[in-house]
Amino acid sequence: MTIMATPKQSAPMLSTQDYNPKSESTGTKRVKSVAFHAVALALTGVVLYPALWMIASSFKPNSEIGGTNTSLWSSNFSFDNFVTAMDGIGGVTTLQFFTNSLILAIGAVVGTVLSASVSAYAFARIKFPGRSIFFGMMIATLLLPFHVVIIPQYIIFNQLGLVDTYIPLLIGKFLAADAFFVFLMVQFMRNLPAELDEAARIDGAGHVRIFCSIMLPLMKPALISTSIFSFIWSWNDFLGPLLYLNTPEKYPLPLALRLFVDQTQSSDYGAMIAMSVLALLPVLIFFLVFQRYIVEGVSTQGLKG
Amino acid sequence: MTQSPTLSRRSTQSAPAPRKSKRSGADARAGYTFLFPWLLGFIVLTLGPMVSSLYLSFTNYNLFDPPKWIGLDNYATMFQDERFLQSVGVTVGYVVFGTPLKLAAALAVAMLLNSKRKGQGFYRSAFYAPSLIGASVSIAIVWKAMFGDSGPVDQGLSFFGINLGGWVGNPAMTMPMFILLTVWQFGAPMVIFLAGLKQIPNELYEAASMDGAGPVRKFFNITWPMLSPVVFFNLLMETIHAFQIFSSAYIISNGEGGPAGSTLFYTLYLYLRGFSDFRMGYASAMAWLLLIVVGLITLVIFRTSKSWVHYSGDSK
Repeated sequence: MTIMATPKQSAPMLSTQDYNPKSESTGTKRVKSVAFHAVALALTGVVLYPALWMIASSFKPNSEIGGTNTSLWSSNFSFDNFVTAMDGIGGVTTLQFFTNSLILAIGAVVGTVLSASVSAYAFARIKFPGRSIFFGMMIATLLLPFHVVIIPQYIIFNQLGLVDTYIPLLIGKFLAADAFFVFLMVQFMRNLPAELDEAARIDGAGHVRIFCSIMLPLMKPALISTSIFSFIWSWNDFLGPLLYLNTPEKYPLPLALRLFVDQTQSSDYGAMIAMSVLALLPVLIFFLVFQRYIVEGVSTQGLKG
Repeated sequence: MTQSPTLSRRSTQSAPAPRKSKRSGADARAGYTFLFPWLLGFIVLTLGPMVSSLYLSFTNYNLFDPPKWIGLDNYATMFQDERFLQSVGVTVGYVVFGTPLKLAAALAVAMLLNSKRKGQGFYRSAFYAPSLIGASVSIAIVWKAMFGDSGPVDQGLSFFGINLGGWVGNPAMTMPMFILLTVWQFGAPMVIFLAGLKQIPNELYEAASMDGAGPVRKFFNITWPMLSPVVFFNLLMETIHAFQIFSSAYIISNGEGGPAGSTLFYTLYLYLRGFSDFRMGYASAMAWLLLIVVGLITLVIFRTSKSWVHYSGDSK
């Protein structure tokens, strides 16, 4: 940041070309700024339109979603769609689906944070034979299409009688199967000064103590990013529940939504979209609360959405 | 921490040599203890299943009867299976058009936003939001409604005299619809591009300006080479991701890949084969083919990267 600021001040006397931003008058600067915001705002409108359309439609009566559709406004806004959506589907209330999603997401966060931080500590801070080989394998699983493992995994869980339970969906989280989070934490820990644990070891602290009382507190930013993203990924996960869950009482929201789509078949668009909004609500709230955090996490750690 | 000086002196003085080997032995034990969750998961959930899906890919297996060895039959059948070939076509089209468009949009917007103007943070967040929700079932439902008959897209285009009807039911328009869905999620790579752009020292542009370079030359001679490691990362990740699109395809096509197979993405067909027809050997073969293709593409991207990715570490 400091390098960027200095040349700007020294530039005006050096530059003569008129396209150089430094020789611009304040007038053209103004125009450029207005143009920038005009373009950026127009783009924001386009990008956010689907989300706004979704929210607007969820308050509109069915007749208006099918008709003059582009408009985001309606004089007949009401909560009717949400009332229908809350009734749920197949005799299960939407509240139940919500609870199921929440159980899965919280399980995913707890499992991922525990297992990924412990495993990352081994990779980042302990020297042991085989470490670099395992680290290479961990990186390789980052690029692995998960479809090569779903069939045998399904067969195993089926033989163990665990289909239609949450165990197949959660066990991977407790075994650090999301290599992305392990990698993220390894990178984070490697940037912490090595003197910290050396000093602690000289004091006679073992790895457990170093991990618990030195690493974990310092890793807070990485733990928070991991929690946010593992929550959102679990919340949005569709394939896992689709494979393993059969009874509607156990469905999380994405599966419930599919059931809703199947059974209503576009006869009640309004309620379907209202339920979609409800399903996204926690993610949107997370985003609004943690947006700086999330966007920073993506830009510094290369996390995907 | 305060008592460390005395303690450290004592511990370094007393028998340094045996301590070291003892320590590395203890380290090895600690290492594997800490690594245990990942290692167990890796063996039970990744390595084991990979080996067994490779085995299954050479068998006929329906989940109920024991697998029957059929050699390379599954792989041979694939290339006569029209639905399979169609799914390859759909997926390749999606990856080849969707990914570069998405990255181009991401780079263009990142360059637009790369200034010190006010409101940058707001735009960045607003553009990023779709990446967080884009793969969800909710958005797939919204997309289906928006691109359906007399949906807002149809209405909007009709206003300009373009009457395409609903895109969802039109086999020629489903691919553009999916490409728009992925391009809409340009925010994640954009944020990464933006972080990369901020790393480029401004002096380079200043110097180029003084030499009389225009914006195009600046882009090709400064921005592109300096940003190439980030382009490389984004290209690799987005390509791998694009091959695995599933939820949106499943929801938009009601799990069938229609109309006329135009949304039969590879992973959707794999799912249908494995979990609807219970042809798990065939599905495993498809999974391994996907793994091999993704692996080869990764390799190609890595290999060619030497010619177009510049790491500033060695030039500086």
